[in-house]
Amino acid sequence: MQLTVWTYEGPPHVGAMRVATGMNGLHYVLHAPQGDTYADLLFTMIERRDRRPPVTYTTFSARDLGGDTAELFKTAAQNAYDRFQPQAMIVGASCTGSLIQDDPGGLARALNLPIPVVTVDLPAYQRKENWGAAETFYQLVRALAGPFAPAPRTQHTPRAVGARPCCNLLGPTALGFRHRDDVAEVTSLLTKLGIDVNVTAPMGASPSDLARLGDADFNVVLYPEIAGQAASWLQRTFGQPSTKVVPIGVLASREFVEEVAKLAGVDATATLAACSTRLPWYSRSVDSTYLTGKRVFIFGDATHAVAAARIASDELGFKVVGLGTYSREFGREIREAAGKYGVEPLITDDYLEVEAQVAALQPELVLGTQMERHIAKRLGVPCAVISAPVHVQDFPARYAPQMGFEGANVIFDTWVHPLMMGLEEHLLAMFKNDFEFKDGAVPSHLGAGHAATDTTVQQPQPAQTLVAASEIAVTWHADAEKELHKIPFFVRGKARRNTERFANENGVATITVETLYDAKAHFAR
Amino acid sequence: MNAHLHGCAAGAEMAPLQVRRESGQREVFCGLTGIVWLHRKIQDAFFLVVGSRTCAHLIQSAAGVMIFAEPRFATAIMEEKDLAGLTDANDELDRIVTQLIARRPDIRLLFLVGSCPSEVIKLDLSRAALRLSQKFSPGVRILNYSGSGIETTFTQGEDACLASLVPALPCANGTSEDPLLVVGALADVVEDQFVRLFDTLGIGTVSFLPPRNSLELPPVGPNTKFLLAQPFLADTARALEDRGATRIAAPFPLGVEGTTGWLRAAAVASGVEQSLFERVTLPFRSRATRALARYRTELAGRSVFLFPDSQLEIPLARFLSRELSMQLVEVGTPYLHRDHLSEELKLLPADAALIEGQDVDLQLDRCRAAKPDLVVCGLGLANPLEAEGLTTKWSIELVFTPIQGYEQAADLAELFARPLVRRAKLVA
Repeated sequence: MQLTVWTYEGPPHVGAMRVATGMNGLHYVLHAPQGDTYADLLFTMIERRDRRPPVTYTTFSARDLGGDTAELFKTAAQNAYDRFQPQAMIVGASCTGSLIQDDPGGLARALNLPIPVVTVDLPAYQRKENWGAAETFYQLVRALAGPFAPAPRTQHTPRAVGARPCCNLLGPTALGFRHRDDVAEVTSLLTKLGIDVNVTAPMGASPSDLARLGDADFNVVLYPEIAGQAASWLQRTFGQPSTKVVPIGVLASREFVEEVAKLAGVDATATLAACSTRLPWYSRSVDSTYLTGKRVFIFGDATHAVAAARIASDELGFKVVGLGTYSREFGREIREAAGKYGVEPLITDDYLEVEAQVAALQPELVLGTQMERHIAKRLGVPCAVISAPVHVQDFPARYAPQMGFEGANVIFDTWVHPLMMGLEEHLLAMFKNDFEFKDGAVPSHLGAGHAATDTTVQQPQPAQTLVAASEIAVTWHADAEKELHKIPFFVRGKARRNTERFANENGVATITVETLYDAKAHFAR
Repeated sequence: MNAHLHGCAAGAEMAPLQVRRESGQREVFCGLTGIVWLHRKIQDAFFLVVGSRTCAHLIQSAAGVMIFAEPRFATAIMEEKDLAGLTDANDELDRIVTQLIARRPDIRLLFLVGSCPSEVIKLDLSRAALRLSQKFSPGVRILNYSGSGIETTFTQGEDACLASLVPALPCANGTSEDPLLVVGALADVVEDQFVRLFDTLGIGTVSFLPPRNSLELPPVGPNTKFLLAQPFLADTARALEDRGATRIAAPFPLGVEGTTGWLRAAAVASGVEQSLFERVTLPFRSRATRALARYRTELAGRSVFLFPDSQLEIPLARFLSRELSMQLVEVGTPYLHRDHLSEELKLLPADAALIEGQDVDLQLDRCRAAKPDLVVCGLGLANPLEAEGLTTKWSIELVFTPIQGYEQAADLAELFARPLVRRAKLVA
């Protein structure tokens, strides 16, 4: 068992729902109790979808367990077919449904429906939402495109001379973080390169579209968490190569353009020259000087977190002090990236652990999910959201992609706006005793109502209170303590920690004002 | 418009209301959802769901937003190895509870809440609660109930929770001075209003279940009379009756009429003079009626269709039909307790279409065909129906908003008027 306050990912059948809801003409029959129907509101409320997700739940109850739940499933599947007339159906069970072992796949086959019925077996007690989405998409692609696969060892038919190159866009789903706008941005980028999009899937595709995935020359994998598995099957089966670069950030977008140009056999020079984004100039403009070395903590799905770390470090000049993901399946990617920035990777789906880490690292900016937004709010640290899990705010009315060159513009604004402007930060340091600058006062840029020092909230103890047994206990002289409080609160913890470390290393038992400044000089870089 | 008011007594004697049962796909929450309000109501209680990732995801999503402070609920998510052997599952549960109590030393009451998967694998949480109680007594009391969706629908979770508290209630001393017990979670502000009213009526001490603090558990005994503040408390009422308490039959305190009927039932049971009752409640009644007037202008004659959700549907339908003159197209309820709702059923128009249970697709067909002016439905259905041109009111707001009592009667009406006013305002 795992004690969980908030979860980053839903259960795997919610991943399957994201695939089904993104598609057209597909219906999902789910063996599940009534409570599981809550998942509909994720799509109708958070994403503001104007249609119910195409999901039929059997909603078995305790009294059905003694009777025939299998019959209930068959009736639900037959009714769903009769009512919705889908082109294809997926069937499966939620966590509770899987415990009663009714074999939805076998039961659905017994109905002899005149459409493809794909069974998705999702181990609800081991796996989570993204895995469920990836597995569902893979099973659908295999079942629907598989019949059109060329015989093994046949040559991939080369494109007709003069035909435009074309690719599939793989990975976007319902309830995805900015998937809607990323698809538009990447599609327009590909159009500029003279590359057509054969199928975008799962979002926007129908089962018959999946059947013609093999027609493309290559695959663009937008979200490896969801499309990686399907793309590697397509590579094996149809010989379609797939992209490795995820175009988030200016550097990655340029590399992406080069990568797809190479796969498509087109010249990218003109497109690269014409692609403009304001991020590099805004980042070089002098008012951005204050961004230099800002300590940033990054957490999200692996793809967005790795991309964010690169942008933070190489495009905005921040210092990455923490990097992590809740996607254990992508631990390798995060460890690799963390190594690049010299930080310990944090691979966990325990929200409390992430919170403790943020508190201990005392970053000046948190780039995370909606969960980290709450952590940051509580700790009084500015925050921008870079990844799912999503919230209604992550479906903005305006066009706001993360990918491509417009995505880079969006990222610059979203990350920089929560921060204090340079001069404001100086004033805060110089006039520490201004009544509005006190720790308890709400920082003006965070708006009203954020209780920075809500004492009712139990906060994890920051690491600096832990004193190793071998160390002597240092005490603070009252004057030194007073001086310490003149340091802005967001760096005070670090100053305290450094001073205590310095005192310990130098055998100082009582920290005076002098010790404080000795330590400051010692740690100055 | 008040024809019903005059005719109701006679109507009650006539043909009983027809209730149609429907079964099929239900689109309702499970009982775990009740934790969203219960964990705020009982301030030193913690709710530990023993379930799956789905359970954790449900509560987090049903809460709509994540609550700013650390919540007093969590999920012990079962993993593959917990399913393999129940011994291991119990050891794991003990480990989690120990970890939790160490983390939250302020907790004095811990509910182990059963879920669909824990019920299906027959994890015995009552034994776990007993075992853990021995370990953590007297600091922490540990109880259990099931909020599973295979046994409970939405508000039935509160019923199961309160029923689990009943055996823990102290024994009343058995005098006629036993306080009146009001049962069902109410907003604190509503409770305070009722306390003042009961006081003016001379009913004296009134206690509430659930209490705001687990150290204030109300006593119960053979002389206890209790008044249900919510219509979904079948098991709790039975558990109280098993301890000798007597239920006071009453309508529910929604709207002026419901609140008056509810208070009157308590007054009669406590021997309050009728003239005193009239004198005390008159100013409240007239103030609330005045406040309702403008909403009646907006809502009278409009048709309303209620999907099943919280079991509040019958009292709400009575309020909408009798105090706001709305036309009831269909009134769905997940479950109908005829005994507890008998006072309400008498007040519904004889031709009201009552449906117990649900087949959501068929119900949507009927709703679309009827084109009601207002649809009261859950969050999964609201936006899709709006997109089809219907006007909706999310039913969950009726559970999360103070709507009981005189001072809230107009607020309750406003909740139904707002979607219509809004739709009329928007011209873009």
